[in-house]
Amino acid sequence: MEEKIKAKIMDEKKMMRSFQRMAVEILERNRDVENLILIGIQKKGVYVANRIKDLISEMEGVDVPSGVLDITLFRDDLHKHEQQPVIQKTEINFPIEDKDIILIDDVLFTGRTIRAAMDSIFELGRPASVQLAVFIDRGHRELPISPDYKGKYLPTSRRERVNVMLKEIDDINQVLIMEPTRF
Amino acid sequence: MSEYKFNQNHLLGIDHLSDKDIDKILETAESFVEISTRDVKKVPALKGKTVVNLFFENSTRTRSSFEIAAKRLSADLINFNSSVSSLKKGESLRDTVLTLEAMNPNIIVIRHSASGSPHYLTTFARSSIVNAGDGFHEHPTQALLDALTIKQVFKTIRGLKIAIIGDILHSRVARSNIILHRKMGNEVALIGPPSLVPKEFEKMGAKVYYDIEEGVKNADAVMMLRVQNERGAGNYFPSIREYRKYFSINNRVFNKAKKSAIIMHPGPLNRNVEIDNTLADSDKSVILQQVTNGIAVRMAVLYLLKGDINESIN
Repeated sequence: MEEKIKAKIMDEKKMMRSFQRMAVEILERNRDVENLILIGIQKKGVYVANRIKDLISEMEGVDVPSGVLDITLFRDDLHKHEQQPVIQKTEINFPIEDKDIILIDDVLFTGRTIRAAMDSIFELGRPASVQLAVFIDRGHRELPISPDYKGKYLPTSRRERVNVMLKEIDDINQVLIMEPTRF
Repeated sequence: MSEYKFNQNHLLGIDHLSDKDIDKILETAESFVEISTRDVKKVPALKGKTVVNLFFENSTRTRSSFEIAAKRLSADLINFNSSVSSLKKGESLRDTVLTLEAMNPNIIVIRHSASGSPHYLTTFARSSIVNAGDGFHEHPTQALLDALTIKQVFKTIRGLKIAIIGDILHSRVARSNIILHRKMGNEVALIGPPSLVPKEFEKMGAKVYYDIEEGVKNADAVMMLRVQNERGAGNYFPSIREYRKYFSINNRVFNKAKKSAIIMHPGPLNRNVEIDNTLADSDKSVILQQVTNGIAVRMAVLYLLKGDINESIN
């Protein structure tokens, strides 16, 4: 599908401010930093998680363990695809039992990815709590899921797409709303 | 890479796969390796799908490997044992498969002593067919799990030298491995007595050696094959003792291979026949890693095929 940029929502400066605030909020809510674990959802949630991890390390001097989660095998639409989706790695190389997990993704939309992520996490153990941090909440939830921490709430239309671009993979820090050129 | 699509409905052999397909299966399998290390070794990817294990030859490791793979993907699995089945009562293979298909499975895994039987099934069956070994023809998942093991050790599956030693003539494992490594552009050396390694194999792009030290020289991976007495291998050389003298692997021969080389065996092992006892248990041996990887590779194959051709033909 061809797309064009509808609007640029955030630049590098605004993004940095939001990341900073999210990290502070996570620290405020979780007194016991030592019990925290960050889990980024493949693919861009992983980079968002790394940003937050670095900020926490700067502020608190604590190296919070972080893992990577691929939710593909837990998707509810696996049987609908013509091609099987690509599976990426899950790397959570530490026990999550009784830990406070911050589940992290770049964009929160229908909530189905988060449902799959929670199912996947509970196969790995029983955490004390799971909190959700997303960089952009774009609305249109189909499940009773809401973020505990968000960079920005961004109401969108369903046919649009939110593109969180991060320097690590996209060579630039910005958030764009994309829309299809034909429909 | 984004243009590539895995478009196989069946896995009948390595022959019909492209090198991209092989890469795709190996990459998918690499992601599946981790699942078997979890406390809860199960993901819901194939929930509601049914896999039939249809084994007409004795097999413990391949059958149980497919069984575990299917179960770790949450598929339902039926083991069909030919020795207690209606085949004993005179039913044909076709009727057996049609009867099973009436129960709407998604994937049929078949092992049969007749070469080409998995292909025959695709002419009338609606399920995805996976070849778990057919006669002297192919054993694709074995070659794929060997490839995954090699890839884990060397971080690549290209630009290597693979030496395969033993009864090449009767070995579907060897055949699938030769095809796979030629497709990936690897050098393949085949070693054994002329009766078991005819020169004709050079038409597959491999090189034939009758001197084990010469053949193993500079190899990255050395694959031993079992002396298959049940397929009459014993008629092809004068005695086990003589075979052992010329074609079994020991430390002296293995030292001709590269320093980083690994030793592989598809199992079951005939200790002190084709492989020296101490070598089989040495740190150069990846034989048990091969078994572990078998599960991940078979999970990848079941996942990628998924057996949805059912609906499209109905």
